[in-house]
Parts: sequence; structure tokens; C-alpha cells
Amino acid sequence: MKIFFHINNTPKSIEIDDGNTPLLWVVRDMLDLKGTKFGCGKAACGACTLHVDGEAVRSCSYAVKFAEGKEVTTIEGLGSEQNPHPVQQAWIEEIVPQCGYCQPGFMMATAALLEKVPNPTDEDIDKNIINVCRCATYYRMRKAIHRAAEIANVTNPAKTENDV
Amino acid sequence: MMSKEKKKVSRRKFLIRGGLGTIGVLAVGTYLFRNPIRRGIAGAIDTAETPYMGNTSSPIVWFEVTSKNTIVLHSPKVEMGQGTFTGLAQMAADELEVSMEQMKVIHADTASGNMDGFATGGSTSISSLWVPLRELAATMREMIKNKASEKMNISPEQLSIANGIVSGGGKTMTYAEVVKDVSEWDIPDTPNLKELKDYKFVGKPIPRVDLKDKVFGAPIFGMDAALPNMLYGSVVRSSAIGATYVDADISIASGMPGVIKVVKEPDFVGVVANSLIEAENAKNAIEVEWKVERTWQTSDIEEMIAVGKGEPFVIQKEGDSEDILNQENSNILKHDYKSPIGAHAQLEPNGALAHVEDNRATIMLSTQVVKITRDEIAERLGLDEDNVNIVPTFLGGGFGRRLHTPNAVQAAVMSKAVGKPVKCFFTRKEEFQNDTFRPPTHHVLKAKLLENGMIEAMEHNVSSGDVAFGSPMVPGIAAPILGADLGAWRGGMIQYGAIPNFKTISWRVTLPFATSWWRSLGLLANTFAIESFMDELAIVAKKNPAEFRLAHIQDDDRGFRLKEVIKAAVEKSGYTDEVINGRAMGFAASTDANTPCAQVVEVSIENKEIKVHKVTCAMDPGISVNPDQVRAQCEGAIIMGMSAAMFEKMDVEDGQLTPTIYGPYQMALMKNAPKEIEVVLLQNDDKPGAVGEPPLGPIGAAVANAVFRLTGQRLREMPLKLTT
Repeated sequence: MKIFFHINNTPKSIEIDDGNTPLLWVVRDMLDLKGTKFGCGKAACGACTLHVDGEAVRSCSYAVKFAEGKEVTTIEGLGSEQNPHPVQQAWIEEIVPQCGYCQPGFMMATAALLEKVPNPTDEDIDKNIINVCRCATYYRMRKAIHRAAEIANVTNPAKTENDV
Repeated sequence: MMSKEKKKVSRRKFLIRGGLGTIGVLAVGTYLFRNPIRRGIAGAIDTAETPYMGNTSSPIVWFEVTSKNTIVLHSPKVEMGQGTFTGLAQMAADELEVSMEQMKVIHADTASGNMDGFATGGSTSISSLWVPLRELAATMREMIKNKASEKMNISPEQLSIANGIVSGGGKTMTYAEVVKDVSEWDIPDTPNLKELKDYKFVGKPIPRVDLKDKVFGAPIFGMDAALPNMLYGSVVRSSAIGATYVDADISIASGMPGVIKVVKEPDFVGVVANSLIEAENAKNAIEVEWKVERTWQTSDIEEMIAVGKGEPFVIQKEGDSEDILNQENSNILKHDYKSPIGAHAQLEPNGALAHVEDNRATIMLSTQVVKITRDEIAERLGLDEDNVNIVPTFLGGGFGRRLHTPNAVQAAVMSKAVGKPVKCFFTRKEEFQNDTFRPPTHHVLKAKLLENGMIEAMEHNVSSGDVAFGSPMVPGIAAPILGADLGAWRGGMIQYGAIPNFKTISWRVTLPFATSWWRSLGLLANTFAIESFMDELAIVAKKNPAEFRLAHIQDDDRGFRLKEVIKAAVEKSGYTDEVINGRAMGFAASTDANTPCAQVVEVSIENKEIKVHKVTCAMDPGISVNPDQVRAQCEGAIIMGMSAAMFEKMDVEDGQLTPTIYGPYQMALMKNAPKEIEVVLLQNDDKPGAVGEPPLGPIGAAVANAVFRLTGQRLREMPLKLTT
């Protein structure tokens, strides 16, 4: 079957036998975007988190057919070295990653959270950021999430007003 | 004056790749020892004084000067999150006289000749390369300076070097210009190293060199490796403990869509297909006959892991504790402690991409043991070791899980069978069921207190599954020679040398499933037992727990360093026995691989669960090459240790290890992580010591000790669960 969607703002049409193929493997193996990681295959760890129409989705358990006509964003499309997303900027400032394998999933989950809750409290973070990091970089991640909110609010003050 | 050895370095070492000049450096001195692996393991476990076990006495490519005047360091140690690449870059940059921006670090592949004969593990990477790497860098700097002197026709004494540029007599040359078209080098004697105070990068919190790759999602992990015409492989693994492969019916799988070949070997069966999903589907259609001797249960394992069963081995003895503790005496205290089976649960599953062609093989993977990976593949395929090139990638977590890589052998066998690159990796269920687990332990602690509250005698008996024994890193002959498993007793020795009589006995048990290295080895469980017991003794003796420990530490260098971290943790945390606003504090300390560490935690009970609010950690790793990354290791180790001590547990049900997925295998998540972690770094040693594992030691006991002060419940079993 043919499936059409946008990947990191670029229109893409793919031909695939099985529309139930997880989006994760389409992104990694057909589109060669390796930043989205395989961790468990059962939506239990969050290493494969990306955005579909701005929502954080665990792509190992999301059939590619459901992406038809939608906007898919991966870590490669979140920001770039020249123009980092506030979350990436904060991750750099706080020197968060250790092994780094789970970090794209955490950054994507955080970016989606900040879209909904521009100034998350610790409780918001605890409730929404539920991925697994074995290096246990949680302490710095929490600091980076608060810092990302600050950076985003400076870049986009309108959001802060809405929130307040 | 300076003796010079003129060596013609082979053309191969100076291969010009796209205009890049490559330099081979001769190292000075040898760091090889007899029985290197065993010596390395023993050293790593007790003192972390492990020599670097690569061959630094013959020409090896360590550094490359690029045409852009940057330096590429080919690291024989792998980067698994511990920050080693950054520390090594700092050490090299300071002696090479280049900026951090000019340093790039990559993994050395084994064909480059820069192969580590030991492993990346045991918290030894920075400490073992502290001297050799700086000497290599300093030697290379002098070689460049001398060559520049020739090319510029100015004496070396008149030249100065900074930021990769040689200047003198009004002229300048970049390193890149100096090395251009040079094929013969003079190797000078090893220059003196700079003094610590003159370093610009060593000792500073430089940002990680791999930070941007990891923030922008670069394809740097084993899982991301790819080659043209790559196929996918999948190996059938039994979920039953102790299953051995007998035979397989492959008739259905062979005809399934996308299947290239079903590979049947004497010891395993696997399938190669065009896509990952096709390989997995075909694998599930293979009917395998397994031989399973017995259906194991958790109760069987608990029965095996018990002090008094198996072979005892005395690993520490001072005075005569036995006589004193065998008396009937009301001042004798005795308690049992337990820890469960622990999984590695690293996020990147084990896997490998193998490409076997004719008489050579290339394998890209996440491994902590490049040499063992290489040698096992060479042996299985009957290839010359030099024709097997291991290309290490960044590891999506190590934690000891990648100190054996039999899956790489299977990938190579399958690649050979189809003549194309084959990539295969574990599913998460396979990862959980075929892990090399942290073994369960049982501890019996016994001590007698004198009227003055001092310990007269103390004994620690520990029963543990194997850690070092059974690992391919430790020769089979080591077990009968060494007796006790040196991994199992890591952290198990009593560190309070002022006690007049003490003894530690290790009881070895070999379990029916693989148990092996898990970050910090026996440290987590042993410290949990000993430091919980010390707390119980202090309470009986009516002493402050930190002062009680200080009173039992001997007056020597090791004792001094331990006392200093205890004092620092107490001072920084404001430790008190009082419960304030529903929060209590707990204290514990350990010395691991010569690095002492003391921690104080602050806990409360929320919704009937233990909540850790704050951890203060004082540690003395000697020189902190990168204090920020030492802090990062402490923060991560503390939360990983909390996770293991408070949540994690594998069970054995009807012959299978379970659970097989995150979630049911409960781990610390963001909501469980303390919001405050304060790290105090001391430096009472003149060299860098172990960092990655020592801070895992105290946390379990510190939490248990705090919980007792808050609730009166003494939790003597990991994972720590309140009884009501």
C-alpha cells in the first residue's frame, strides 16, 4: 500500500506491503533517520518517541498506516546545531546525556509537553515524562526541562502570557 | 644528550586519506604484565590500579593530524556514557598543546592496531591511561616540534607551541603543515609531563565531546550501524533456563516471505531475511527442540543462595573473631540481609552488524571487550585474528552487559552463510531472559559490642552467584586458584580496620542461569548489608552513625581518605538522627576500587511509599579530570543504585526468568529521582581513581537506614518495601 505523510516538514510517499508496520521501522530503515531508537517494541520505555501532528507517540507501537496525511517529526527535525530547539539548547546547557541512547525520546517527550504546558511544575514533569533512562540522568533532565521552558518563553513570550 | 631511536614507520601507517596526514606514534615504556587479564581484573576490583593493556611498545596509531589542523584521538576505550572520551581528550589536548575544539575522539577499530587487551570496565579507563596517554601526547608534541625545527630551520629551543601552531623566528607552521609529506620520524625519549597546575583542560568541567551528536540524534550506536545490501538476522533463543539446543524444524520458516536463508548450526538456529520484520516472523515459525533438565522456580534459587552452602573461602581475616562470636553473649548482634537477581536493562539491546567476505570479517557493534569479541569470531570462523576487524560504536549503555558478545559470533556465522552483511539484535524479551544477571546474594553479619560501644569482633558471610567466574574474561583455571569470586566480594570486605577482630567469608554458588558483571559488581549488595548492619550496631551502641564509623576506621592513608569523605558528607548534609517535618536522614559509606564515598539521604513516606528527596554524596576519586562528568557519574549511579535497591527484581517462574519488559521490571523513573543531589569532590590522592562504580555503593543502605529512623521498620532485603 501507498502511504503519504510529512516527515520533518518534507512530503513523503512510501510504498509498503504491510500498513501495520510500526512507524519506528519505517522512519529508521526506510527513511534512514536513526535518531529515533528501538528500546523495547512494546511502548514501555519511550526510546522511540516522536511526534505525530505534534503529539508525542511511541512509534514502536504505532502502525505506519495511521500516519497517513499527518506531520511526523523526529529528533532530526526538532532542531539543528545552527537552530536548536529550546529543549536541545537546554540539554546542551545542562550537559544531560550520558550514553545518550534514550535521550532523543526524552527530548521529543519534553518538547511535546512544553507545547501543552509551557511552564511545567515538577508534578507535571513527573506525570508526563515517563520514559526510561538506565544511566539515570533524571536529575539533570529535570533541570533541563525547566530551563527549556525558560528558553522557550523568552523566544515566544506570547505563550507565557497565555499560561499566566 | 637525548638518545634518539630512528625508526622508519611503515607506509601503511602514513596512508594519506583524502589529504589527511596520519601520524604513528611510538610509545615509550611498556605496560604489559604477565596474565594481563587476570591481573587487570584483580587490580580493578581491589584498587583500580589497573595497567593499560594495549600494546604501547610498538608503533600504534593513536593520533591523527587532519588537514584542518585538528587531532583525531583513536580511543581503545569505548564510550558508554561514562564520559571517558571527554576525559581522554582533555588529557591529550593539554600535552599536545591544542585546544579542545581541535580534539576529536573516535573509537579505534582493532585493525588499527590500537586495541585494548583488557576491557572497558571496572572504572579503570581514565586511571589506566592517565600516564600512558599523556606520555604519548607529549611524545607526539615533541616529535612535531622537532620536525618543525627541521622544516623551519630553527632550533627546537627557539620554538614555542600553542593551539596546534609552532612559532619561532617570526615564522609559524600548523601541525598539519608540519606533518605533511613526512614519512619518517624521530622518536625522542618520553618528555617530562607538565605539572598539574599548568593544565588548561585537565581538572576543568569541559562539556562532553559527544554532547552534540547525542542531542541532535546522530547515528552513532551499534543499533544504527548500516552497510549497503545489508540483510537482517534473527536467532532463536529459548526462554527456558538451562535449555540446550537439540534440533529445529525449519520447513515452514524457509519458505516464508523475505527469507534468504535459515541458518542451522550445531549450537543455534537463525534466519536471515530482507527486513527485520520478515526475519522476526520467520524466526517465530521455526520449531526448535530444546533439552531442558529442570523447571526452576524462585524458591529453588533462594534455597541455593544461602550462607553455609557451597564452598567457603576466607577473603579477609584479622585477629580471632570466631572465638569471640561463638560465645553465648547478649552483646552479640546477628542479622541476615538479601538482594535479588538484577537485570542490566540497558536501553540499547545487544546486537551486531557483521560482514564476512572470503577470509576476512568486519563487525560493527557495541562491545566492552573488543579483543574477546574479535578472538571469538576469528576462532569460530577459522580466520586469522588480524583479518577480523571489530569496529566499536558508541554504546547505548554498558553496565557490564557487553563484557561478553556471543551474539556477534552468531551474526558473523549468518553473514558468512549468505555472503552479505547481516545485522541482528535481541528483542527486549530476549534481552531480559538471556541477560548476564547481577547474582542474588545472602549475607549474615555478626558482631559483638563492648560495654563502651566499640565493636570487638565482626564477621561478614556472603553467599553469591558467580560474577567473575564464568566470564570469558577470567580463565577457567582462575576459579580453583583464586577460590573466591573476586567480583562477588567486591565491596564485601570490612573497611573498618580499627576493629580488632574481623573476618569475611565468601560462599560460591553457581546458578543455572548466567550471572556476571553488573555495574559495581558485588558492591551494591555487600555495602547494603554491611552498612545497614553498621547502622544497627550504632543504634544499639547509642552512637551517632557517622561518629560510630569514624571510631572504627584505622589510621592509615586509606582510612584517612574514608574519614574525610564521611566528615564532608555529614557537614554538607547537616546530618541529624532527628526526624524533622516528616523527613529522616540515613547515612552509609563504602570504599570501592580505592575510591571512598559517603552518602546521606533524606526520605519521607508518601502514599505508603519511600520517597527520596535529597542525596548528599562526598567522594574522593583523587584527581577529577573532568569534575562535571564525575558529578554526572555520581548523580546517575545514585539513582541507578536507588532503582536497584528500591524497585528492581527478577523472578524465576516455571523455568523462566521474568518479567520480560520495562514496567513490570520496575525501575526508578523521573518521579522517583531525588530533586536535589549535592556532590562534594575531595582530592586526597595525586592521581585519578575509579569514578563510574564507587558512588553506587552506599545508596541502598543509606535509604534503608533513613527508613528505619522514620518508621522503625528495619528493611533487610532489597528491593526495600515497607511492610504496611
